[in-house]
Amino acid sequence: MHDMSVNTAHHHSPPTTFISKHVFSLDHKVIGKQYFALALVAAYVGMFLSWLMRIHLAWGDAPIPGLQLLSANGAPGGVMTPEYYLQLMTMHGTIMVFFVLTTAPFAAFGNFFLPIQVGAEDMPFPHFNMMSFWVTFVAFIVLMASFFVPDGPTLGGWTQYAPLNSVGPVAGPGQGLGVILWMASIGLFCVGQLLGSLNFITTTLDLRVKGMSLMRLPLTAWAWFITSCMGLTAFAVLMPACILVILDHVAGTSFFVTSGLNMGGQMLPHSGGSTLLWQHLFWFFGHPEVYIAIVPGIGIVSHILLANMRRQMLSQRTLIYSMGALAILSYMVYGHHMFVSGMNPFSALAFSFPTLVITIPATIVVLIWTFSLYGSKLRINSASLFALGFISMFVSGGVSGFFLAQPSIDIMLHATYFVVGHFHLVMAVAAMFGIFAGTYFWFPKMAGRMMNEPLGKIHFWLSFVGAYCIFMPFHYLGMAGNVRRYAAFVDDYLQPLISVHRFITVAALITGFAQLIFLYNLIHSRFWGKPATDNPWEATSLEWSTATPPPFDNFGGKHPIVYHDPYQYNVQSSVGDYVMQTSPEQVKTEREEL
Amino acid sequence: MAKFFAVTIIVIAILSAIPILRHTWAAPEDISTHGSLIDEQMSETMAEAGIAFLAAQFLLAIFVWQFSNRPADAKIKSFPGGAKALVIAALLVVGIEVLALGVFGVRAWADVYLKPPSPDAMPIQVQAGQFAFYFRYPGPDGKFGPLHPEMINESTQNFFGIDQDHDQDSKDDIVTAEMAIPVNKEVHLLMHSKDLGHSFFVRELRVQQDFVPGLDVSLHFTATKIGKYEIVCTQLCGLGHYNMKAYLDVLSQQDFDDWLKKQAAAQ
Repeated sequence: MHDMSVNTAHHHSPPTTFISKHVFSLDHKVIGKQYFALALVAAYVGMFLSWLMRIHLAWGDAPIPGLQLLSANGAPGGVMTPEYYLQLMTMHGTIMVFFVLTTAPFAAFGNFFLPIQVGAEDMPFPHFNMMSFWVTFVAFIVLMASFFVPDGPTLGGWTQYAPLNSVGPVAGPGQGLGVILWMASIGLFCVGQLLGSLNFITTTLDLRVKGMSLMRLPLTAWAWFITSCMGLTAFAVLMPACILVILDHVAGTSFFVTSGLNMGGQMLPHSGGSTLLWQHLFWFFGHPEVYIAIVPGIGIVSHILLANMRRQMLSQRTLIYSMGALAILSYMVYGHHMFVSGMNPFSALAFSFPTLVITIPATIVVLIWTFSLYGSKLRINSASLFALGFISMFVSGGVSGFFLAQPSIDIMLHATYFVVGHFHLVMAVAAMFGIFAGTYFWFPKMAGRMMNEPLGKIHFWLSFVGAYCIFMPFHYLGMAGNVRRYAAFVDDYLQPLISVHRFITVAALITGFAQLIFLYNLIHSRFWGKPATDNPWEATSLEWSTATPPPFDNFGGKHPIVYHDPYQYNVQSSVGDYVMQTSPEQVKTEREEL
Repeated sequence: MAKFFAVTIIVIAILSAIPILRHTWAAPEDISTHGSLIDEQMSETMAEAGIAFLAAQFLLAIFVWQFSNRPADAKIKSFPGGAKALVIAALLVVGIEVLALGVFGVRAWADVYLKPPSPDAMPIQVQAGQFAFYFRYPGPDGKFGPLHPEMINESTQNFFGIDQDHDQDSKDDIVTAEMAIPVNKEVHLLMHSKDLGHSFFVRELRVQQDFVPGLDVSLHFTATKIGKYEIVCTQLCGLGHYNMKAYLDVLSQQDFDDWLKKQAAAQ
């Protein structure tokens, strides 16, 4: 159990200037909001890019009005060139994976709520925390800058495979300065996440208030803690890999380029590198990254469902252990991205087994959620709808993992739209639903105002049905052999599939439109929403026991003491069917506390 | 709203399953000796994943339908078996399922990757480069001469980097832009890249394998049906990636011999 004296040692004075309050703020809540704003901007940029890609894929050479203004070379007359398609695709993936799916559920919500949920005044290293955001912000600017360099951004995909990433401009537009900017951006992003992870881990372990044992931490806090442990190890591998690629470009090294390569009739001046090395380093980061994106969502969805089911989970411990198992296994499965990469075929079998095994903790999580719904008193609102939608998406994306975990089936499905459908459902859409659920749930605490519920529900229905209309057909395309990362479908066998692509594009445009409703709701509610009470959802964790919005030091100079487990619903207390963690009131609980 | 959610999920689940049950967008007919194992594995996995998908979505829908917006005085119930039953069920059902898939899946993988090609398999070299495949047949001597990547020159049509003036084994080698193979004859593909990462994917043959710069990768298969099929690149290799393809002609032995003679004469 942590001692309060350590907590108070991290106190710092309230900011007095606009800059220290809103820009270079040390306050974890402001930093959380900054991360949220960055993720929001990134999400809409990423979505806009996906619209352009989808329109191009569906209607090939049809000009997109105004596109030439974005890139005269990339879209002469508004018609996208193949290289510009790949550049937009690369930027879409990079922006979404790093600056949205990692930033929003982990860095944004985690920053705002983790210290409050453990009862701390702030994180232990506020300067590191501030630095983590600003480094991430600079990383985003560096990535965006690649749109404005002569050849444009890199076209190598978000996975940036070697040696395409290392041989320079000879490989195509964007493969010179575009790659260097990509590597610099992601290298910086890693620094930001390492600093953030360090803060999250120490906050969880060192700054818990009296009574807040590890098992009394809300599931969100557990999820952020587990995610930060993954972040600390995964980003620490990607960062040096990015530096090595930059050295291959600027220092004449050959970490990822082998000898004897001939491009455009010229021998490349490299020797001694390994192209597969990049894949190992990248996926050692890349697969945990999937869980870095989704585990916070698992925590957020659990947290929101509990408040809306008005009961405890069937087993909170099992959920925590399952999240831990997902995190540990995520490092042992990365080779399933490389079954047909040319690595030893025995390795494929070694990576396949843990990939299949990881479905067990994932199944347990889904079963615990689903069977906790049994017999509950579920409240339906925008937050709980998105949480339920998360479960549905997580299942749909998860079952396709059965296929991709097997090397023999991967022979047919690797690098097809089946993979794109799989990871979009399980990682992107599910994680986005976690972000939306978190936004509708926590917005009152963050902004002091309620979001508009009817608009939230319209947003949900369009997003839920729309996401299925987009990503389920991706699986069918993949089963028919539709290769991903194609700028156009010139192969004979792909022609009949173009009608499916058109359906997907229309669905993507409508689903994208729904996200504009969300944006309107967010902005309108921020200024004109109904003022929120301190605990509008009648929830139990510490963020709801403080003022709305929370004061600078989170608890107005008081140090909360925790008396209960995080989710004591279905009890009889003086306030209703729940008792808050900080309430000293003795209540008869559903069962023994953890 | 909750009931609408439940119905929506069920409708989506059923609509998602229909194209799969009707094979609306399925893989083309298998033309290889090993492909049936992959197809069987695919069908078994589809059955298991499909049941898991439908069961999970239906349960979610049923519980949301049944247990949402209940009256204030309604009693909260707990699932009788509790978490322990669920964990045991997950361990047993999913555990056995993944174990079975993993163990049986090895057969198909082993057939392609762990079993060596037969000694009399026909060797063909394939070179991938931005954005074309080239194929080399060893000629009557049955031997490939060494490669000289520095000699690759498209203007002189030396696509492979072959020194036919000095390398005895290269003199009768035949280089083509299309691939032809005899039906029912095992082919041993010797793959290398001249520049970047590429891939060799023929849906009907049930083969997909990356080219790795600096590595000699090999693949073996037997085609069982005469016809013309597309070979496509599946590893992002630059702006022309979408257009990097070649054709595979599976011919009768006689037609193949004639084709090879014609190619040799054209060298």
